[in-house]
Amino acid sequence: MKSLLWRIGQPVLAVSLGIAVGLLVTTFAGESPLHILAVLGKSAFGSRYDFGMTLFYATPLIFTGLSVAVAFHAGLFNIGGEGQLAFGALAAAAVGILAPNVPWPIAPVLGTLGAFAAGAAWGFIPGWLRARRGSHEVINTIMLNFIAAGLTSWVTLYVLRSTESQNPETALIGPNYIIQRLRFFEDAPVSGAFFMGLATAFLVWILLWRTVFGFELRAVGQNENAARAVGIDVARIRILAMTIAGGLAGWVGVSEVLGNAHQFRMDFSPGYGFIGIAVALLGRNNPFGVVAAALLFGALHKGTADLDFETEHVTRDLSMILQALVILSVSADGLWAWFGKLGRSKRGGASAS
Amino acid sequence: MLRDSWNYLLPLIGATIRVSTPLLLAAIGGLVSERAGVINIALEGMMLVGAFGGVAVALSTHSPWLGIGGAALSGALLAAFYGLFVIRLRSNQIVAGTAINLLAAGIPPFLCKIFYGVTISTPSLPIGERFQSAPVWLAVAAVLGVWLVMKRTPVGLWLQFAGEHPEALDSAGVRVNRVRWAAVMISGALAGMGGASLSIFLSSSFSRNMTAGRGFMALAALIFGKWRPFPTAIACLLFGFAEALQIRLQGVILWGTEPIPVQFIQILPYVVTVLVLAGVVGQARAPKALGLAFDEH
Repeated sequence: MKSLLWRIGQPVLAVSLGIAVGLLVTTFAGESPLHILAVLGKSAFGSRYDFGMTLFYATPLIFTGLSVAVAFHAGLFNIGGEGQLAFGALAAAAVGILAPNVPWPIAPVLGTLGAFAAGAAWGFIPGWLRARRGSHEVINTIMLNFIAAGLTSWVTLYVLRSTESQNPETALIGPNYIIQRLRFFEDAPVSGAFFMGLATAFLVWILLWRTVFGFELRAVGQNENAARAVGIDVARIRILAMTIAGGLAGWVGVSEVLGNAHQFRMDFSPGYGFIGIAVALLGRNNPFGVVAAALLFGALHKGTADLDFETEHVTRDLSMILQALVILSVSADGLWAWFGKLGRSKRGGASAS
Repeated sequence: MLRDSWNYLLPLIGATIRVSTPLLLAAIGGLVSERAGVINIALEGMMLVGAFGGVAVALSTHSPWLGIGGAALSGALLAAFYGLFVIRLRSNQIVAGTAINLLAAGIPPFLCKIFYGVTISTPSLPIGERFQSAPVWLAVAAVLGVWLVMKRTPVGLWLQFAGEHPEALDSAGVRVNRVRWAAVMISGALAGMGGASLSIFLSSSFSRNMTAGRGFMALAALIFGKWRPFPTAIACLLFGFAEALQIRLQGVILWGTEPIPVQFIQILPYVVTVLVLAGVVGQARAPKALGLAFDEH
């Protein structure tokens, strides 16, 4: 039986292992892993500003992590977060540009709804394709990520282009749309969107575990045939689950566009959609676990930002290596059994010799 | 008139074949892995480390052949790491593949900084130390070789059974996971060579994220080609043609007053793949045991 202690202890061990291996890699660059660890810790939590940046990076990961988790509970793999969040962010910007004079507080609500709707539409497509045409959502979402990148780039460059800048970005949204930054964190762009992320996690928990729809959704994910046998419309649940997942990923646009950049910048996401998969995995698809995992990955992302000038040879690219190793070590179901076996065979070998 | 269109067409065909080369190598690599039952969404990452490894070796040995060998080795090493997780440690193949892509995006800049002091790109290879056309023939050989092995040899049969019906292969006394290990590593080597053909054939240095989604496009070609060598190769050529055309059409006005936005041509391969999978353009069926770990007793 798996005890609660092991359920929490195992991911903690796996994360530590992943980070430890990642830090050891830095010895190749002639750095001391302990020094790197100190830089990471200081850079992620050293000041109000640093901590604010960590929360800022964690916010989109809460949304993409929840997105992957909702789809996962319905037995679906959403690796389309990258495309969904691009559409969500573009929609938030489009609403704010095309209707700049909508009064506050209606304006940010409108932007938020727009972001959800656009992400949801981009999630609906693979959901529908899976439910009605039987084509696998993994490949479809990968393809849709690229299609989204092309389409959002076209809209940015030809439809909503900023006239004042040479960068590939849209014009600015109306000032009423802006969600204020939290003063406590000094200049860090962490905004009310972070609290929206926390509230969303709570709402997703209610949706999944306290509503009939959530029960049906999880039933489809756990046993499709049983769900069908008791009269659950599996196709409908799948489509809705992917649609909601898309909308949740679309809310990255609230944090990025309404809370931070106030415009849509092409390629703003450093892979939030993909890291969302890791966040959901590490959080065991539980909304509160997702929040915790998002904070960890946010801290890793911010932590590595200072490596560029704090060390000689290690750059912020270490972030990708650390995150990848954490994901791998968390994903390895057989890791602990393998370690056990290695240990046993070693002892066995010693006694035989 | 005829001469004019030839003058236009010939370079376009040449460009198509050149830009298809990385896709062909990666897609055929992906085919080997997926026919053996291991999903390979990490092709992108394997191409990327291959692109870097190829340049790094070519720079230090002044030989493009050793360079592409280094690329194959880098790709195979990353693939072995992937294999460790998905075959040995039973990681979910999609999750591990995503992580490998992330890792592969992080490793080249990390090493680049150590070797060359910068993270953005490697120094350039002198023109004489680049390939002129050899990777094209390598790609052709890879397609023919994989087709021949799958069609005519027992090894090819093992490969297909590992992906379609691993239990049957197991009861025939062949170690399923050994076949899968071999397939994944060959896949990595081919994808690595595909990456190197970007960096030491189509250009002369490695730059950050230079694969720009080609690994995923190779995956798309593989599905479009329904997991079969020749149709996959044709799909690669088709996608390569779209890329070559897009470079040619930049700023060209075909109708109306505006040039065709390149984005619409860029997304075509992906749109086509979605349509194929949805059964609009024929049915695609994946190997039955694709993505399922196999327990050996």
